[in-house]
Amino acid sequence: MRKPYVRPMPWTWFLRTAAYRRFMIRELTSVFIAAYLVFLLVWLHRLGEGPEAFGKMLQATRTPWSVVLHVLALAAAVYHSVTWFNLTPQVMPVRIGEERLPHSAVAIAMGYLPWLVLSGLIIWGVLR
Amino acid sequence: MADDKKVTLSVFRYRPEQDGEPVFQEYQVPYHDDWVVLDALNWIKDNLDGTLAFRWSCRMGVCGSCGMMVDGVPRLTCATFLRDYYPSPIRVEPLANFPVERDLVITLDDFMDKLKSVKPWIIREGNNSPAVAEYLQTPTQLAQFKQYSMCINCMLCYAACPIVGLEPHFLGPAATALAMRYNLDSRDQGADQRQEALGDEHGAWGCTFIGECTEVCPKDVDPAAALQQAKVAGVKKWYRGVVLPRGGR
Amino acid sequence: MSEAIQHDVVIIGGGGAGLRAAVAAAEADPKLSVALVSKVYPMRSHTVAAEGGAGAVIKGNDSLDAHASDTIRGSDWLADQDAVEIFVNEAPRQLIQLEHWGCPWSRDPDGHVAVRPFGGMKIERTWFAADKTGFHLLHSLFQTSLKYDRIVRYDEWFATKLLVNDGRCEGLTAIELRTGQLRHIAAKAVILCTGGGGRMFPFTTNGSINTGDGMALAYRAGVALKDLEFVQYHPTGLPGTGILITEAARGEGGILVNKQGRRYLQDYNLGAPLDVHDPRHPQKNTMELGPRDKLSQAFMHEREKGNTIEGRYGDVVHLDVRHLGQRKIDKKIPFVRELCKNYAGIDPVYELIPVRPVVHYMMGGVHTDVNGATPLSGLYAAGECACVSINGANRLGSNSLAEILVFGARAGQAAAQLALQRSSPNVTVLDAQAADEQRRIARDYINKTGGSQRIVDLRTEMNTAMESGAGIYRTEASLKQTCQTLAQLRQRAGDLKLDDRSLCFNTELTAALELDFMLEVAQSLAHCALARTESRGSHQRTDYPKRDDQRFLKHSMAYRTEDGPPRIEDRDVVITRWPPGERVYGS
Repeated sequence: MRKPYVRPMPWTWFLRTAAYRRFMIRELTSVFIAAYLVFLLVWLHRLGEGPEAFGKMLQATRTPWSVVLHVLALAAAVYHSVTWFNLTPQVMPVRIGEERLPHSAVAIAMGYLPWLVLSGLIIWGVLR
Repeated sequence: MADDKKVTLSVFRYRPEQDGEPVFQEYQVPYHDDWVVLDALNWIKDNLDGTLAFRWSCRMGVCGSCGMMVDGVPRLTCATFLRDYYPSPIRVEPLANFPVERDLVITLDDFMDKLKSVKPWIIREGNNSPAVAEYLQTPTQLAQFKQYSMCINCMLCYAACPIVGLEPHFLGPAATALAMRYNLDSRDQGADQRQEALGDEHGAWGCTFIGECTEVCPKDVDPAAALQQAKVAGVKKWYRGVVLPRGGR
Repeated sequence: MSEAIQHDVVIIGGGGAGLRAAVAAAEADPKLSVALVSKVYPMRSHTVAAEGGAGAVIKGNDSLDAHASDTIRGSDWLADQDAVEIFVNEAPRQLIQLEHWGCPWSRDPDGHVAVRPFGGMKIERTWFAADKTGFHLLHSLFQTSLKYDRIVRYDEWFATKLLVNDGRCEGLTAIELRTGQLRHIAAKAVILCTGGGGRMFPFTTNGSINTGDGMALAYRAGVALKDLEFVQYHPTGLPGTGILITEAARGEGGILVNKQGRRYLQDYNLGAPLDVHDPRHPQKNTMELGPRDKLSQAFMHEREKGNTIEGRYGDVVHLDVRHLGQRKIDKKIPFVRELCKNYAGIDPVYELIPVRPVVHYMMGGVHTDVNGATPLSGLYAAGECACVSINGANRLGSNSLAEILVFGARAGQAAAQLALQRSSPNVTVLDAQAADEQRRIARDYINKTGGSQRIVDLRTEMNTAMESGAGIYRTEASLKQTCQTLAQLRQRAGDLKLDDRSLCFNTELTAALELDFMLEVAQSLAHCALARTESRGSHQRTDYPKRDDQRFLKHSMAYRTEDGPPRIEDRDVVITRWPPGERVYGS
């Protein structure tokens, strides 16, 4: 007589292991990325509205709350980028003959290196 | 021999004819530093409780029978050593995300169906295989799919993936890796025929790249990579279909 | 009692031979319905654990006659030469067929299939898929079998008895494990592909499932078991577990050394050792590439001389592959490295591997002709459970993976042809037999109360008796003792104390049935060994140390009797073009 037992999956499944929790945090960082994109769009719009509107926007971003949010957003963006750079070698393996480039080489070449170079260029451009 | 060290195994029991719910049963097992969890289970069955049911065969990590949850982690019990847990008690349960038939034995009908759904055989157009000789395949060509051919169908990846638990129709890691194994094999011409199973919302696109399947795989198949590569290949195919509707392949 | 399930051909066993037979039968005619019954899911069959390779002639420097000659010489002239000629002829075609079906054979740089040297062969001809050849072969075959909707699988159905009516085998009874129901399948042809019985012995490369089921089923149906006394000990198994370390490790250049670090095989007529860095090493047919029976016997002699190394699980010698280097090891024998690290606690790139002979293969089995047909009309057998015989008294490494394909295909085709000609069996008669079997199982196992004998005790005592009495070296005294012990064990097995009364996935029941099969085959084996008063191949009698072609160039045929010991007859060996000679190795 058969009576297979199905174990229920609770909605809190993502709390069960450290790996699942890290995954959820990674997914949540997208919220911060999306929010910052909206912020940037508003910023651009204000820029187009003239110096007075833009000046008010700048003042708003200097408040303590705003700074805290920006720091959080930066942390989330960094975590987001690092996790995705580390996963890139699985999405796009690089083969040379029979051998495959090690994951770290691909992550650096396709992720970390361009990131550092671009960030360096932008920072140099801004500070100049 | 004054070797009377013991370790406690807390084992998931479920007897469909008598139990409504599963229970955990504790057993005291002799501890040996070179014993695996499977040895402990066999000792229980031989000496303490002949009613304990579980699958096993090769005990060398190649047949894929003995997958179970050990302290909540999917593992091959023939390759999981007591010494890595001793003296703490060890919890043994059937693989997660599968219905339990009895004790540590799961029902894998769905898994077998998913394997079959990706048409895991060499597909040739028009049956044009070289009659007498082998297909030529260089070592480089073999290396393209070799890793995905190493799957022993142990289903640890399905137990590790929460999507499998949340969405029963999800094709899953092993089946996708198997599909990619054939798609990347230079002798195969059947990628289009596998696209339906792969491109479906429950195919590769059901995956959110949690990556735990690759973490638990005992054979380094990297099914997470197969899933993402299946997505990329599917997108490329779609674009080719749009840009070169008649000529693309 | 549920209704009979009807098919044209039913195959028992889902390993390499069974799957190959199923595909062959399915391809023979689209009208045929083929059933594949296996007590485990096919991917778990022990073919999966084979490592080294499959032998077949494909390179320009090789010839069919050379393969035949090596095989016959390896068999100590007990192989039937007509069968060997068919085997070497068809092996290449079967391996190419597997390649077409996706088997990822390792390749030469030009894209052709690569071959490597293997024991007892003068020319290299072993095709390989890294060192997981059996795994790749089984999975390729299993996946290919999924193409055919007319192959209906009965996974985790445990065969308990063959149904015979009017001199014809017409089906089987099997326990459907998940429900515990005894079901029966009626067919026009039945093929046994159930593998070997290594679990009769305590140290074996075999998995838990290799318990001689099909051999016992055929035996009980009146079919002879041929050459049972020939049991192959693989020279390099890990101590304790018996896990296989493939011959390919030696094929790639690994050497065996004793306590003094000496390559001791040079003392046993296996040639002279070359330096490991000599480009001609490993020399084929020499030293570590000698045949398995002689290598295992050499270990026993070394142990007697005190040259072996004491280990936790008995004496060992060392297999040294360090000189191959990490790259070659990871490319050619990566699974060996993984197994050593997991189960021997050493890394073979830097350390010596402890090894000893362990039971690996049974040359003997169900007597068949070259088409896999047994004398019982409608019953076929292929693979390790069968004895055609192409392996005679000792099998060469890599011949078995080729054998399961060649004879799996032949048996499948022959069974299909028979099924096309034959009319359906009389199901009423079979229903009655199945009902009897259901009652037997209920009475002797499910409903049995009381009892005093535990399965583990009987199994352990059987293992001990087999290893001590019917091991690599046997004597009349040791065999007689084993025969006596086995007779007692068989009696005690009638009084089992069982815990599990359930019907759902009752693995204590299957363990009891497997013990029953093993005891019967073991008893037959021991008696055959007692009757063969000569030494040949893997059957070595210290009281009869010489080969005796005059009296024993014959197969032993064991027939079941009611009271225990088999009735043993003999059967001439078929000699065609290779008259018996000396087995010479070392050149």
